[in-house]
Amino acid sequence: MNYNLTEEQKLLKKLYKEFTVNEVEPIAAEIDEEERFPAETVEKMKNNGMLGIPFPKKYGGQGGDILAYIMLVEELSKACGTTGVVLSAHTSLCCGPIYEFGTEDQKQKYLVPLAKGEKLGAFGLTEANAGTDAAGQQTKAVLDGDHYILNGSKIFITNAANADVFIVLAMTDKSKGTRGISAFIVEKEYEGFTIGKKELKMGIKGSATCELIFENVKVPKENILGKEGKGFSIAMKTLDGGRIGIAAQALGLAQGAIDEAVKYVKERKQFGRPISKFQNTQFQLADMQTKVDAARLLVYRAAFNKDSRIPYSNEAAMAKLFASETAMEVTNKAVQLHGGYGYTREYPVERMMRDAKITEIYEGTSEVMKMVVSANML
Amino acid sequence: MNKQDYRGVFVFVEQKNKEIENVSLELIGEGKKLAQELKQKVTAVVLGKGVKEIEKLGYYGADNIIYVENQDLDIYMTEPYTKALKEVIEDKKPEIVLFGATAIGRDVAPRLAGRIHTGLTADCTKLEINEENSDLMMTRPAFGGNIMATIECPDHRPQMATVRPGVMQKEEKDTTKKVEIEKFAVDIEEKDKTYEILEVVEEKSNKIDIQEANILVSGGRGVGNSDNFSLLEETAQILGGVVSSSRAAVDSDWMPKEVQVGQTGKTVRPDLYIACGISGAIQHLAGMEESEFIVAINKDETAPIFESSDVGIVGDLNKVIPALNEELKKIEKEKESL
Amino acid sequence: MKIIVCIKQVPDTTEVRLNPETGTLIREGVPSIINPDDKCGLEAALVLKDKYDAHVTVLTMGPPQADFALKEALAMGADEAILMTDRAFAGADTWSTSLTLAKALEKMEYDLIIAGRQAIDGDTAQVGPELAEHLQIPHVSYVEALEKDEKSLILKRRFENGYHKVKVKTPCLITTLSEMNRPRYMKVGLIYDAHREKEIKKLTFDDLDIKKEEIGLKGSPTKVKKSFTKGAKTAGKLYKDLDEKEAAKLIVEKLKEKFII
Repeated sequence: MNYNLTEEQKLLKKLYKEFTVNEVEPIAAEIDEEERFPAETVEKMKNNGMLGIPFPKKYGGQGGDILAYIMLVEELSKACGTTGVVLSAHTSLCCGPIYEFGTEDQKQKYLVPLAKGEKLGAFGLTEANAGTDAAGQQTKAVLDGDHYILNGSKIFITNAANADVFIVLAMTDKSKGTRGISAFIVEKEYEGFTIGKKELKMGIKGSATCELIFENVKVPKENILGKEGKGFSIAMKTLDGGRIGIAAQALGLAQGAIDEAVKYVKERKQFGRPISKFQNTQFQLADMQTKVDAARLLVYRAAFNKDSRIPYSNEAAMAKLFASETAMEVTNKAVQLHGGYGYTREYPVERMMRDAKITEIYEGTSEVMKMVVSANML
Repeated sequence: MNKQDYRGVFVFVEQKNKEIENVSLELIGEGKKLAQELKQKVTAVVLGKGVKEIEKLGYYGADNIIYVENQDLDIYMTEPYTKALKEVIEDKKPEIVLFGATAIGRDVAPRLAGRIHTGLTADCTKLEINEENSDLMMTRPAFGGNIMATIECPDHRPQMATVRPGVMQKEEKDTTKKVEIEKFAVDIEEKDKTYEILEVVEEKSNKIDIQEANILVSGGRGVGNSDNFSLLEETAQILGGVVSSSRAAVDSDWMPKEVQVGQTGKTVRPDLYIACGISGAIQHLAGMEESEFIVAINKDETAPIFESSDVGIVGDLNKVIPALNEELKKIEKEKESL
Repeated sequence: MKIIVCIKQVPDTTEVRLNPETGTLIREGVPSIINPDDKCGLEAALVLKDKYDAHVTVLTMGPPQADFALKEALAMGADEAILMTDRAFAGADTWSTSLTLAKALEKMEYDLIIAGRQAIDGDTAQVGPELAEHLQIPHVSYVEALEKDEKSLILKRRFENGYHKVKVKTPCLITTLSEMNRPRYMKVGLIYDAHREKEIKKLTFDDLDIKKEEIGLKGSPTKVKKSFTKGAKTAGKLYKDLDEKEAAKLIVEKLKEKFII
């Protein structure tokens, strides 16, 4: 078991760090303030091959692995939670299932431009009445000749307003319960498909979280992903991978908050000395960093398992559970260490705290994570 | 090669548009000191055509002047200059040759050192003679200005050095010193013109060169924006000085690069340096710490600039400078009414 | 078009701090980077590669860990990388360094050699011109911009108060300024290629046509007699609790004392 980064990973990390410091950090506050999609960053990421890291070159990817990709999510999230989730949703939730379950034709048609970054991806599972209880899908897909006719709606879809390709789950046979759900590849241009209102959120404000509305949308039948009835299983497996991405986002937010706090406590003087000299501050920071290091090991292990093609669902759940709760705790403490200033938008920690909260909820709430882990034990 | 055969301190005199550059006069002053210690003479070597006021070199201390006059040496080009200097050195065998560490000096000196197989030390800020063996000891900043290194060239001659402009002292001008100008001929052929100059473009700034100013009012990151520099302009105007800046202000596009003080900017040693909102990073200090009197104003009492300043004020420059300008204007008024 | 870019791996000297108690440099934790002027030279070469399909080789003389800098250069888009490493090269001043490089380069084919103007650790700016002299090719230093014109280059050569527009025939050497451009990022795929597809060619003393005494420390005409950190200038008085009017009056008083006003 080697805990050290390889030379290759060190060079990747150098790239990620330089990119984040020069491109992501300078506009992070603005992205949050204006609630706008970091389009210019995504364009640059595309030019550097960052939107398809874990996919083979023949599918437009970089021939890398999951660990290399989530290290990027982590690094980006240190500066900007929005940029981290844009990458994560695109890679794990859209590219991922096409790569794992798509036909060769589907891979050529969709995965190649997605992995190259020419198109952005999204994933539509959640509905108004189907959140944690994802099986309660009400969106319907009915086969009619050469097309499936899609009707229904989705909510809380990350990247919705900016994506070109969507993985959409819909009920094809209600009588079969979860085995009656199928997955489809839907293009934003399809007639009858509209993007609904953008949610006004607490955090990750630059990420457009919207409704998807399907009114008699004709989806070509060759766009079904996997077989009819396999949709739910595909969705669950996709979320397993997505959880590693979210765990990396939480990890990055937490580490970024610690780095800011360390800078601040060295400068801020009260009672005649920098507050970094007080044992309370020191002990707090020690606890925070230890937890974040532990989270990092969980996240990297989950990625390692996925790369090694060994079961990783349980490890991914643990990683997301722990990393997201740590992120919440650590960003909260980071604000506290900044005192009054931490509550103002002059410092980035309040944004990091607002961004961190969602990591405990989306792609499976912490409660769902506990369901997965305990099921694996009992 | 016998070291004893090499005698004399030579200074390469730089000319632009036929006018002698200030740095060369500084080097003659320094060269004179070294020559006197060695009981030798200092010779100024000029390359060009129709160079003005060559006798000035004598007024500022040169014992001898060698003038290589050739049309092909009017505008600087690497190979013709290298060839000419090599011929002078081979003929005269100086022990030491000094160049200004300028865009010309730092181009011709290494090419020349490579040609005549000798040691060259870059960007020196101090020159001394080793008492034991009469070798030249050349001290210069390295590692980004974080350390000083003293270099010697024990077995090769001449010992060559490029010297940082603005550091050495010119001698007092003495117009009674008349020095004979020795003409030295060098043949520059077509093949010596290893590149072609298509165009010579001058970018003259209206401001005085900060290296020539006696008073500098300098601004850094703490000034905040380009508009606030007008406060410093006012101070400079009243005092008869010039505004300069740290690298941070140049990187933020508040001030042009020509007024940047520091390791990657210019070195200055004015009589007065007022540092406003400058933290005092080592790269900046490297460019101004030899100033005669340093006043620093900064909000942060732990700013490193205070370790190098003669007077340190912890305060907001945006309040202190206007107040200072008021006080200075009062004094101006008092002077006028006298 | 064949381009060879000479790069140096250096500590990021802008991150080096002085230990206030011992007065020595704190070098731990200071990252190693490609020297900034060299990186801009590499970017200039890559622009020529983009435009004219030039072949770009990067070369460095250094300790074994300098291969990290070469991999970074490959990941930016260089085609080939060469590491010159040998104990015999160590302790070299600019004469020895440039001579060692020349002995390697004289066996290679090139139209253009690019070197950064100055390294941020040695700070000499001498190796480029000395190298050109050893190779007996023309050089132009302080290059700020460059265009190709058939078998020549059109260059913008910077001086303190202006520039020369210069035309030079290849083969030649140029030294580049960091004002020249903004180097590109590495590409993820190229990072992988650098580690999996490309092999860094190694050159040692045995590959060169030269005697040991002619290079390294022995061959260096200049020797370091000593090096030291500049002691901190002793601080003057620090005035903390003055309001702006008091501060202004104090400054004026001090300036009067010094006969500045």
